[in-house]
Amino acid sequence: MSKISQLFNSSIGQKVIMSLTGLFLCSFLVIHMIGNLQLFKGDSGMAFNTYAVFMTTNPLIKTTSYLLYASILYHAVKGLWLAARNRKARPVKYAMSQANANSHWTSRNMGVLGTMILVFIVVHMSDFWAEYKFGHIPYTKYTTNILTGELTSEAMPTDYVQSKKLEEYMVGTDTKVVIVKDLYKEVSEEFQNIGLVLLYLVAMFAVSFHLYHGFQSAFQSLGIAYDNYKGIIKAIGIWGFAILIPAGFAAMPLYFYFFKS
Amino acid sequence: MKITLKVWRQKNGKDSGRFETYQLNHVSEDMSFLEMFDVLNEQLITENKEPVAFDHDCREGICGMCSMYINGRAHGPWEGTTTCQLHMRAFNDGDTIVVEPWRSAAFPVLKDLMVDRSAFDRIMAVGGFVSVNTGNAVDANSTLIPKEDADNAFSAAACIGCGACVATCKNSSAMLFVSAKVSQLALLPQGQVERKDRVRKMVAQMDAEGFGSCTNTGACEAECPKGISIANIARMNREYLGAAILPGN
Ligand code: HEM
Ligand code: SF4
Ligand code: FES
Repeated sequence: MSKISQLFNSSIGQKVIMSLTGLFLCSFLVIHMIGNLQLFKGDSGMAFNTYAVFMTTNPLIKTTSYLLYASILYHAVKGLWLAARNRKARPVKYAMSQANANSHWTSRNMGVLGTMILVFIVVHMSDFWAEYKFGHIPYTKYTTNILTGELTSEAMPTDYVQSKKLEEYMVGTDTKVVIVKDLYKEVSEEFQNIGLVLLYLVAMFAVSFHLYHGFQSAFQSLGIAYDNYKGIIKAIGIWGFAILIPAGFAAMPLYFYFFKS
Repeated sequence: MKITLKVWRQKNGKDSGRFETYQLNHVSEDMSFLEMFDVLNEQLITENKEPVAFDHDCREGICGMCSMYINGRAHGPWEGTTTCQLHMRAFNDGDTIVVEPWRSAAFPVLKDLMVDRSAFDRIMAVGGFVSVNTGNAVDANSTLIPKEDADNAFSAAACIGCGACVATCKNSSAMLFVSAKVSQLALLPQGQVERKDRVRKMVAQMDAEGFGSCTNTGACEAECPKGISIANIARMNREYLGAAILPGN
């Protein structure tokens, strides 16, 4: 066996791929978070809807997104496979075990937390991603007076379609018109459903706990958890990925449910 | 002290095993945990019953033989302590103590509390050694070693191969043990000849023995009687990646 194939078949090599795909997903969460902050802009979704077009047409981003789907699949399938194999490494369980005395519960439940995230990803993608790509989302026309900044929006008839994803033109010298699929409206309508809002909240707790352990763990797996920067890795893992990111995402359904009904 | 013991009894590898409950009425708090088992076994022998088989050798915390999973923790409740160094004052009069063998597919139970840890020996056999010159012994001081490396190697070398890390890990992973051995040798000039080959072979053997893979829970480090740090696991991952990706043996 060559050294490289030996690497990929070894427990360490598989763990390294778990950590690389995991960190890649973490970087995606940051981008996704920053992009989605545009939901709070108070412009009836013009910026968000324009951003959605950019994210689904830019070739570089499209390529990255396929890499992302592959990473999620690999990470989930391999993660659950490893968890199952690790269970088999102890065929007879202890009658008494005090695991809390030596490890954090998040670190022992990555498979369960991951499965919760997976369920969420499936619901989330079929609600928005598939709907945006294959479903029928009506268009909205945004008219901006570029001198005063005054913005009005108007839903297009439901049977309206256009060949370009984004129509943008000027009327006269001071009025800009943008016509785009109104994903924002879809989002605000979906989040009137309390069941869905709760699902999102639970899922964000799962993300938080998954990354509370996962972010730090990834650096240990890669062998770069040196003492000099263990502290900063831990701080980013906890404050950034276990608190800020899930809280930011959780704020979105809450915002629409409570303030945009 | 009065102690109730629930001890795992298993005739051999084929027997499915069960707990037996024993009552000890005169336990001194100055006894070590193993001495308490000696008392139990004497009691069983006078009752014409089979004594409990358990591993032990040095009884001073250096050989690593005394494997017992006590009340849900490897080597019992004290930090940094082997079973032979655990004393009965860790418990209270009237306590019930549950004692189980190490449980891992790679450590099959031989009898009662004794398990077969020869998987560790096989891992050591494929790479846990260094090449030495024949001929005259060289002056030890002629080989310079940075203090930090010497200290880290020495800390890693404290591993006694007890297997508590495997027993504690939810995945029965042997990463702490193997990483201690790999680190000890990789950090020293004497270990350089086999450096890459060693880590590749030892990891391959570890995987072949049926240990689970590491998920960085840190339980091993918390329960290791010798305080081996999981920084060694990070070092082994690094060594392994380097050995697989960089040229040379
Ligand atoms: C937003 C999505 C996700 C992110 C950002 C993420 C991130 C991470 C990170 C950084 C790790 C640590 C890797 C390491 O310890 O080296 C990890 C581990 C893990 N993830 Fe995820 N993950 C996500 C989704 C999932 C999903 C959907 C599943 C499974 C259904 C999953 C299952 C696991 C498992 C089982 C581990 C532990 C692997 C091991 O230690 O061997 N994750 N994840
Ligand atoms: S690393 Fe610690 S727990 Fe594991 S075998 Fe060595 S001494 Fe025992
Ligand atoms: S009997 Fe030797 S370490 Fe306990």
